[in-house]
Amino acid sequence: MTAELLFGPSEIGRTVRRLAHEIVENNRGAGSLILVGLLSRGYPLARRLAAAIEEFEGAPVPVGRLDIGLYRDDVARRAEPRPLRPSEIPVPVDGLTVVLVDDVLFTGRSIRAALDALLDFGRPARVRLAVLVDRGHRDLPIRPDFVGKNIPTALVQSVRVRLAETDGEDGVFILGAEATHA
Amino acid sequence: MVDPASGLDAALDVLLRDGAIAALGPDLPCDAAIVVEARGCVVAPGFVDLHTHLREPGFEQKGTIATETLAALRGGFTTVCAMPNTEPPPDSGPVLSALVERISRDAVVRVFPLGCVTRGRAGRELAEIGELAAGGCVALSDDGSPVGDPGLMRNALQLLAALDLPLSEHADDPALSAGGVMNEGQVSERLGLKGQPAAAEVAAIARDLTLAEMTGARLHVAHVSTARGLELIAEAKARGLRVTCEVTPSHLFLTEDAVFGEGPQPAYDTNAKINPPLRTENDRRALVAAVNAGLADAIATDHAPHAAEDKRCEFDAAAPGISGLETALGTLLVQVDRGELTLPAMLRALTIGPVRAFALDQRVPHLGRLEPGATDVVVFDPAERWRVEARHFASRGQNTPLEGQEIFGRVRAVVVGGRLAFQREGTGV
Amino acid sequence: MLDVAEQTASALAEPAVWRHKDLLDTDTLTRAEIELILATAEAMREVRSRPVTKVATLRGVTVVTLFYEQSTRTRASFEVAAKALGADVVNLTATGSSVEKGESLIDTVRTLEAIGADMVVMRHAASGAPYLAARHTGASVVNGGDGRHAHPTQALLDLFTLRRHLGSLEGRKIVIVGDVLHSRVARSNLWTLLAMGAAVTLCGPATLLPWTLAGRSETGSCDVTSDFDSAIEGADAVMALRLQTERQAGGLVPSLREYVAGYQLNAQRLARARAGALVLHPGPMNEGVEIAPAVAHGLASVIEEQVANGVAVRMAILYLIATARGVR
Repeated sequence: MTAELLFGPSEIGRTVRRLAHEIVENNRGAGSLILVGLLSRGYPLARRLAAAIEEFEGAPVPVGRLDIGLYRDDVARRAEPRPLRPSEIPVPVDGLTVVLVDDVLFTGRSIRAALDALLDFGRPARVRLAVLVDRGHRDLPIRPDFVGKNIPTALVQSVRVRLAETDGEDGVFILGAEATHA
Repeated sequence: MVDPASGLDAALDVLLRDGAIAALGPDLPCDAAIVVEARGCVVAPGFVDLHTHLREPGFEQKGTIATETLAALRGGFTTVCAMPNTEPPPDSGPVLSALVERISRDAVVRVFPLGCVTRGRAGRELAEIGELAAGGCVALSDDGSPVGDPGLMRNALQLLAALDLPLSEHADDPALSAGGVMNEGQVSERLGLKGQPAAAEVAAIARDLTLAEMTGARLHVAHVSTARGLELIAEAKARGLRVTCEVTPSHLFLTEDAVFGEGPQPAYDTNAKINPPLRTENDRRALVAAVNAGLADAIATDHAPHAAEDKRCEFDAAAPGISGLETALGTLLVQVDRGELTLPAMLRALTIGPVRAFALDQRVPHLGRLEPGATDVVVFDPAERWRVEARHFASRGQNTPLEGQEIFGRVRAVVVGGRLAFQREGTGV
Repeated sequence: MLDVAEQTASALAEPAVWRHKDLLDTDTLTRAEIELILATAEAMREVRSRPVTKVATLRGVTVVTLFYEQSTRTRASFEVAAKALGADVVNLTATGSSVEKGESLIDTVRTLEAIGADMVVMRHAASGAPYLAARHTGASVVNGGDGRHAHPTQALLDLFTLRRHLGSLEGRKIVIVGDVLHSRVARSNLWTLLAMGAAVTLCGPATLLPWTLAGRSETGSCDVTSDFDSAIEGADAVMALRLQTERQAGGLVPSLREYVAGYQLNAQRLARARAGALVLHPGPMNEGVEIAPAVAHGLASVIEEQVANGVAVRMAILYLIATARGVR
């Protein structure tokens, strides 16, 4: 198994800032917005995006975190799930634009679970999806609205995002057979 | 060849002719019809069990005279004393005669019946003690229960003293032990099970010894399980009381820990539920010492077969008892191998010890001895190891806490009444 | 109040995975497994605070509550927990079922498995009964209280409640007072509290104490004493146990009056504990017997919180067992 660094801290920083701009542009400002990061690595990304938006717009954006463990479709299939953690949505989501944030978009199953989880907190006006990496191979009809990097991969490969908050360093890696990124 | 009664311990031949031992000696002429090759084996008088539950009549799903005496035979026991907790229980002449008739029809070893002390074993009125004695009972007992009422116990002992019959007492003070399902102590408190304190047995033994002294009767304390109980018996013997006692192979081999089992999580092993309960390691050591010192007159199995459903239930609801006839020799020889028990002491407690306790040689001369005229012989290989598999028991009771354990000593051949009644395959003929 | 989620998450550097088919007692749980239960319960507590308090995680899973003894709170708590996770719940009691017709426990659990029960939550008057059931069924067995032996979910919810208030239990002094000898709650609490490093004192009248539980290798820091006034000195939490009134008839306590004088948790006694010490009770309470009403409903009392936490802890246990089972 090889692990190849695709991009490092500065490129992640630039990508986050670009995504923050796109989100604000699409939302026509920072109002009525909440960023909800999936645990574990979507949440620190959401906080970084919120910090960037606050920097550009001068207004704070609420950030929530979502644990999707109870909404997975493989809970009872010997999936050896990660320990559950409490979700936290700091404001009622009714009528807001929610941007779900995750590190890697792959089959789309996590996002499906996240949508179900989110809807248990209320009725948002609209839900958008921002991901740092889209590696393709969707199982479900789910499409991201904001993409940091498109990284075409083979199924045997996997993409790992490491973040300072959770892993002590920033970096996007591709694991497995020779990378075929653009 | 070992005969504790005479102190014999030598490599000899034994010649049986016309249903009895004709001669013992080196290189006896070999013109016999059947030759049992016993090189490396121990040849001893057939074992005598003072405490066997045959279950018939009334509880044939647990065992019958036929199945349980076959279990005795395979365990090396040529004589068993049948406990009277049957249904109906032998508390009168007619019930006893019916039992004796069944025994003479079905038993494959010698069976001596015990009769009840009280009517229906209920502890309220005396059973027909005179008739029971006349009908051939070797002792009386309400085993399973004590004779709770001390006044009634006194009267029974007085009547039995006149008949010179022993009373085999299940020593227990029910006011102390009521509801208890195992020994009271560390394990019971850990498992949340109600315990029977050792004091329930000790207090009862003290009472019974006091009444035995007062009446001059022969008291036999059944299945002693406590160190302190043994001390009281030792003191009574030293003062010349006519008291004897037995210990069981289960109490010699196991402790209360067997209820918890070996694993990290408790087993609540219903097969380790017996009455009196398995006690502490300290008690167990005292019982072993009592056999070696001859303080325990007999090792008695308290063979208590049960049907599967009697044990496949909650611990509180399970019937107490172990199917012990077929594993008794095996666990005792493990203890001989460990250096806990001596072989002569073990054999004494299986032969002449129990014979003297119930004066059985007054009924069958030479019983418990290896001498000309004796008719019961057991041959066993003390070194052969085997694994306990209850489904291969002859007993109907597969209730053993020893399942899967390796024990020593296989019975090779058994002669009962001068007849070769059992021979295990692989034994030279 | 501390952020227990963060605290337990950091304790889970090596995240434990639940591998047990059953939950029969707390005695064989490792500290990491206990932490996993607490962390999971914290997530469940959050689920219970949402606008929609129910998830579909255990959709298609059948949970049977099989109660051979009277119970309202434990059975209801399990039922609410199972339903909050989307499981189907079937409630059976000993009366009105084939149990009344003499069906054995083994046959009953086998029948339930054949019907499709994935988990059986059982309460039984005989100590060890859930162990028997667990050996004879592929369904997961959760012990909802067996005789005087164990009540693992109560112990875990007590621990969860203590942790939310006290943080680490390392070196904390916890006093359990009352009829300890006959208490399955006390026994299961002993194992979890010791596993978390607490110093446990078992206290009550001499006739109601398990004297041999002290000073054993597995119960290192456990004390057993009849002197409540000394035992409560400096305690971080006191757990009062229900006194069954039949103990008096059984000759174990001379009178309720004498019991109250020596062992009731009241304001004067609580004043001897550490300032801010917590008061717990597994319920149902005999107010005025083992606990004074003013203490039961006072500032130090977390008794109602225990009940609420019970649902979250039981959700956590049902969820973890489902992940280990691989049902559907």
